[in-house]
Amino acid sequence: MLAEVKADRIRTSEDLEEVRAKIIKGRSSKIPCIVIPSGTCCQARGSSEVVEAFQQEIEKHSLQDNIALRITGCGGFCQSEPNLIIYPEEVYYQKVSPDDAEEVISETVLRGRVIDRLLYADPNTGERFAHLSEIPFFKKQKRLLLANNLQVNPTSINDYLAAKGYSALSKVLQEKTPDEVINEIKESGLRGRGGAGFPTGRKWELCRKARGDVKYVICNADEGDPGAYMDRSLLEGNPHSVIEGMIIGAYAIGASEGFIYVRNEYPLAVRHCRLAVQKAREYGFLGNDILGSGFSFDIKISMGAGAFVCGEETALIASIQGGRGIPRQRPPFPAERGLWDRPTNINNVETWANVPLIMTKGASWYSKIGTEGSKGTKIFSLVGKINNTGLVEVPLGIILREIVYDIGGGIPRGKRFKAVQTGGPSGGCIPSSLLDLPIDYESLKEAGSIMGSGGMIVMDEDTCMVDIARYYTSFLNDESCGKCLPCRKGTQRMLEILTDISEGKGEEGDIGLLEELALVTKDTSLCGLGQTAPNPVLSTIRYFQDEYEAHIKEKRCPAGVCKELISYYIEPDKCQACLICLRNCPVEAITGGKGLVHIIDQEKCIKCGTCLDVCPPRFGAVTRLSGEKVPEPALQGTEVIRKRSGETDVNT
Amino acid sequence: MELANKENNENLLSILQDVQKECGYLPEERLRETAVMLGMPLIDVYGVATFYKSFSLTPRGRHQVKVCLGTACHVRGADRIGKEVGRKLGIVLGETSEDGEFSLETVMCLGCCAIGPVVVIDGKYYGQVTPTKVESIVRTIKGEIYAR
Repeated sequence: MLAEVKADRIRTSEDLEEVRAKIIKGRSSKIPCIVIPSGTCCQARGSSEVVEAFQQEIEKHSLQDNIALRITGCGGFCQSEPNLIIYPEEVYYQKVSPDDAEEVISETVLRGRVIDRLLYADPNTGERFAHLSEIPFFKKQKRLLLANNLQVNPTSINDYLAAKGYSALSKVLQEKTPDEVINEIKESGLRGRGGAGFPTGRKWELCRKARGDVKYVICNADEGDPGAYMDRSLLEGNPHSVIEGMIIGAYAIGASEGFIYVRNEYPLAVRHCRLAVQKAREYGFLGNDILGSGFSFDIKISMGAGAFVCGEETALIASIQGGRGIPRQRPPFPAERGLWDRPTNINNVETWANVPLIMTKGASWYSKIGTEGSKGTKIFSLVGKINNTGLVEVPLGIILREIVYDIGGGIPRGKRFKAVQTGGPSGGCIPSSLLDLPIDYESLKEAGSIMGSGGMIVMDEDTCMVDIARYYTSFLNDESCGKCLPCRKGTQRMLEILTDISEGKGEEGDIGLLEELALVTKDTSLCGLGQTAPNPVLSTIRYFQDEYEAHIKEKRCPAGVCKELISYYIEPDKCQACLICLRNCPVEAITGGKGLVHIIDQEKCIKCGTCLDVCPPRFGAVTRLSGEKVPEPALQGTEVIRKRSGETDVNT
Repeated sequence: MELANKENNENLLSILQDVQKECGYLPEERLRETAVMLGMPLIDVYGVATFYKSFSLTPRGRHQVKVCLGTACHVRGADRIGKEVGRKLGIVLGETSEDGEFSLETVMCLGCCAIGPVVVIDGKYYGQVTPTKVESIVRTIKGEIYAR
């Protein structure tokens, strides 16, 4: 590794540029750089071992001065992890194992030869792509924020400085008054990326105008929406961009102290954030008289302890104050009375990360991206039943179909697309009939969902929409803080009805009852959690009422998910007695033997579906039934009807 | 005085987090000590201790098995993975095994949605878990632990 430049506290903007120049000068831009993303998701897939292998390989051949190695946060294309990118050519290798290190270095880095087997292949066409920019997953994205994740090692403030970090702050402190900053943000059209989409500039202005000598800014990193992880990725991968955004915001608002409230389920994000704050303080971007401007500001990290409701701003404030995370009535809004009753501005991680970008490139540049009412880009976590899973950053206004098919590569195993769920537990499902919907704040709302923090869970024909409604309602019922009755009891009662429906105990009139409960909960709950809690129920009823009716009237789950409504059955004429299902059944519910038709004991069966999964496709003997009677099984000891000799008896 | 109180309360969550980390749960005497130390009524400390999911008032197993039930994991069948893990460990979700070795918990999204369903054992992530895979994972873990 190259010797790193160390800076003392930077006191002026000129000092900053001097330090920056020194850092850049100390790094050779001519040598190739191997970038290995190693966020939580990458590590889960073994990136740490890959990093180690590359480090050893470089040391072994004393290539430290010839090859740079950069460990970064998540690059976004989680499906292909562990992956690596070799700069300057941007050669992209996926599913790399530690054993590949030697070959990658000797062949690609030193000789410039591309290794075919490590390239990403399109799941539909099989076409291989050598460079990051050619891969369809990246092609339609506009990675204004995410691209930086590959440029910086999140534990190195020098990396961030080398990538022009803190120059937006320096520019703001030198050239702009707080009001000018607020105007710039207002003109950019930036809206909150955490959920409701309130215009950020107006929020800042309210807080700036609020009376009070002490003011706070908070970064909401309590990303509790299951299925969304862009905030984790930003905090893990580029924490200084969030911190820089917060300092600029604090300057505009007149705040002296800031908090990053981060959930404890993200240990790596917490670690990187802590380190980044400490480094920013050492370098003088936090503390007294920042860059000689006279403006002072510092940041504390506050850890959540596992409560979804703490994503709601008044609950979050209560939690930072050390109490239970229970929301309170608004108004007064936090902009007037927030943390310790002082004016407080809360923005989400992604919102803060957009601020330096807007300050550097200008509001007019930023506002050209997106639609009339929704400006800029938004990061979505594209997950569920989709080929290319990962974080995608797209200009707002992009058509849903482009995300699902062009970027996401469609649905695996040729299944049929059913819906996309956006906005998490507060959002709703968008059906296939709306695939041409532009993704912006207004269109999503009209479709009965919300932007939310950006979860996008793709569902296929095997996903049951009643089960999805039940899943979210169960989550919300569990997470309801219990302060107000409509939310506490409303979610509970809706959950009971949904559970009944999914268990085949639904009755005529249940749908109407659900709708009524949903509206009351929506209208009368105290905070955002309760007010939006009925959305999953309402949107699934709106678009998938036929599925509800199949459950209620025919006692049938069309997707074959609801356990009480399905059975597994082995077709005697197809079974080839291969013993695979029999051995894999976790509860030994399958009887039979060599040469004998296998039979599922319906009493013992727990409906886990393992037999269906493991039955060789060429036999296809196991079927899932719903809404119909299970046929009488073959008599014990019935011999199988052989299909063709040689093909069937896999055990001999 | 008012300022002192403000700061005391602010520290409550992080104190409890430290205790939880140190002991693996929140022992009653530590809650009492904390209340005295911060000059707060015990009931307020208890309220916070029971509000957040990451705190436990009873000891947890030496080895923590967490099954992610986030949406992405859910649509890929996390529910049956959770039950299968429980069956193989001989405990139900939320329980600790009799010998104190394992506790089985669910967690709402670890943010590793691309590799769901996810199971985490003592900080090690297992991705794209299937019921069949559960058996080998649990067998390996049990082998490692009971061999010691």
